[in-house]
Amino acid sequence: MEEKILFELCSVYRDNMRIKGYSFGEGEHSVCIVGATRGNEVQQVYICSRLISVFRQLESQNKIRNGKSVLVVPCVNPHSMNIGKRFWSTDNTDINRMFPGYNLGETTQRIADGVFRNVNDFRYGIQFTSFYMQGSFIPHVRMMKTGFEDIELAKDFGLPYVFRRNAKPYDTTTLNYNWQLWETKAFSLYTNATDRIDEESAAEVINAVLSFLNKRGIIEYNCHEGYISKFIKGSQLVNVKTSKSGFFVRHARVNSKVRKGERLAEITDPYSGEILDKILSPTNGIIFFHADQPVIYSHTPLYRIIPTDDLI
Amino acid sequence: MVQTVASVGLPIDETLMIQKNRLIPKKGLSGNEKRISIVTGTHGDELEGQYVCYELQRIIKENYDCLTGIADIYPALNPLGIDSITRGIPGFDLDMNRLFPGSENGSMPEYIAAKIIEDLRGSAAVIDIHASNIFLEEIPQCRINELSKDTLVPLAKKLNLDYIWVHSSATVLESTLAYSLNVIGTPTLVVEMGVGMRITKKYGDQLVDGIFSLMKELGIWSGEVKPPKEPIISDDGEVSFINAGSSGVFLPSVEHWKNVKKGDHIGDILNPLTGEVNERIEAEKDGTVFTLREYPIVSEGSLIARILA
Repeated sequence: MEEKILFELCSVYRDNMRIKGYSFGEGEHSVCIVGATRGNEVQQVYICSRLISVFRQLESQNKIRNGKSVLVVPCVNPHSMNIGKRFWSTDNTDINRMFPGYNLGETTQRIADGVFRNVNDFRYGIQFTSFYMQGSFIPHVRMMKTGFEDIELAKDFGLPYVFRRNAKPYDTTTLNYNWQLWETKAFSLYTNATDRIDEESAAEVINAVLSFLNKRGIIEYNCHEGYISKFIKGSQLVNVKTSKSGFFVRHARVNSKVRKGERLAEITDPYSGEILDKILSPTNGIIFFHADQPVIYSHTPLYRIIPTDDLI
Repeated sequence: MVQTVASVGLPIDETLMIQKNRLIPKKGLSGNEKRISIVTGTHGDELEGQYVCYELQRIIKENYDCLTGIADIYPALNPLGIDSITRGIPGFDLDMNRLFPGSENGSMPEYIAAKIIEDLRGSAAVIDIHASNIFLEEIPQCRINELSKDTLVPLAKKLNLDYIWVHSSATVLESTLAYSLNVIGTPTLVVEMGVGMRITKKYGDQLVDGIFSLMKELGIWSGEVKPPKEPIISDDGEVSFINAGSSGVFLPSVEHWKNVKKGDHIGDILNPLTGEVNERIEAEKDGTVFTLREYPIVSEGSLIARILA
């Protein structure tokens, strides 16, 4: 294992910010794994730290295949993480909206540039990322429709779902999108935690990454190969919203199978406790996402359901 | 008449409302009147537009007979942000000006964005007033995407601004309010002026004069107006950026909106711990400083100035 500083930002008031990479093996740049770009993505750093331990062990056992190399960048934004802030510590910009970066630009453009120069020539790119709303997902591989996405390859992770959505204008400055423009096969992996550690979903994603690398001939690692992934498009999901605000009393959890008309949740008045809205499932299906904040605004998407009648 | 454009229930006994005040001619509406919409407060830390909203209405109300069309005033597209001194949308930490055109079926911010677009659609002109941010001071200027310049530059010239910057198109900007409205045929001009968290009255007065000039051009105002000043118009090629090469405390040596020559001293980045100058910043070319760093603390890469050649 080699630890190297990919980018360093000097500061007058704080310790310098060092973005570190951990590389394993030698030869072609096979896979780059990036953890947190936001300061609250604790689970994402944790997963990287666990992977680094595994790669260190595999390297000592000569199980990184000849001519292959792996780079892990656990955290792109230590300065924000150390003060508990999601976006950049001074101007609140999002580093994951600054790629490919610009070495003569603003601070977060320079950070993005410093990272991207080190990661833009890998065959595969894996990013652990998070959603802008609080909530839990079924672990899945998330892709944008760019014309470069490779759905079949994404199934090699063996996660339950490969999810593809249409790219929006603001997506064009994400790491994932720019990796694809630079001909890296890029995948975003979502777990059901962000600012806390969830061991179960972390283990599932770690296994998925190792299984993928084993199938792609980068490492030698015998593990359970996971699921035969199902491909779903964003347009297939059924959104469940509420027109009321108040306490969100959730009954159905992520990955639950629900039947049409089944009670999913209630919105209750924060003072009187009166039930303002009963949230019923509009379809038979599996809960792919649910919000998990205790109080919610009206018009908040509470659930996203994968419709299916195949419920056993 | 104050109208609610969008409303969303908040969890604890409060409703978030996006409101506008609609001013119409004294004699009522015939149905053929044109409409100008003044919007501001998308970013909660940008306050320059608040004075413009007030002053514009004060003058209209004192000269109501001159109003021949509709003036819709939206002082706060992000009221929670303004009230809590938060640039983005509190609770989501999202930049509201990256959410348009929004979606009625999306989350709360996307829903509000969609309702705003629906309400503004069809205006003869929309003036979207911004105030830089807390870090930079800007001269009164209009920023126009090159894709819309043929429609917008003639309108912007009426706004009594110092500068019109026709900038190149970027995909990421397609999620702004202005882009989303221009693409559906509602001409929208983005004004930047002053600095975040402050109100610069002289800039506000300058823009108010310009808005009346545009209203007269559009047939919405029949009163006397001051002739707008002739703005400088440029594209990206004439704008150069100066970014900090080191961290520290920036102390300017030049004044905003003044001419500089190549090699002139723009300012220093100081180190308060060691008492040393970390970096001396000089102009790389002749020009006018139209953007200048206001907030003293800088990191490597922080924008110090923009110079118009």
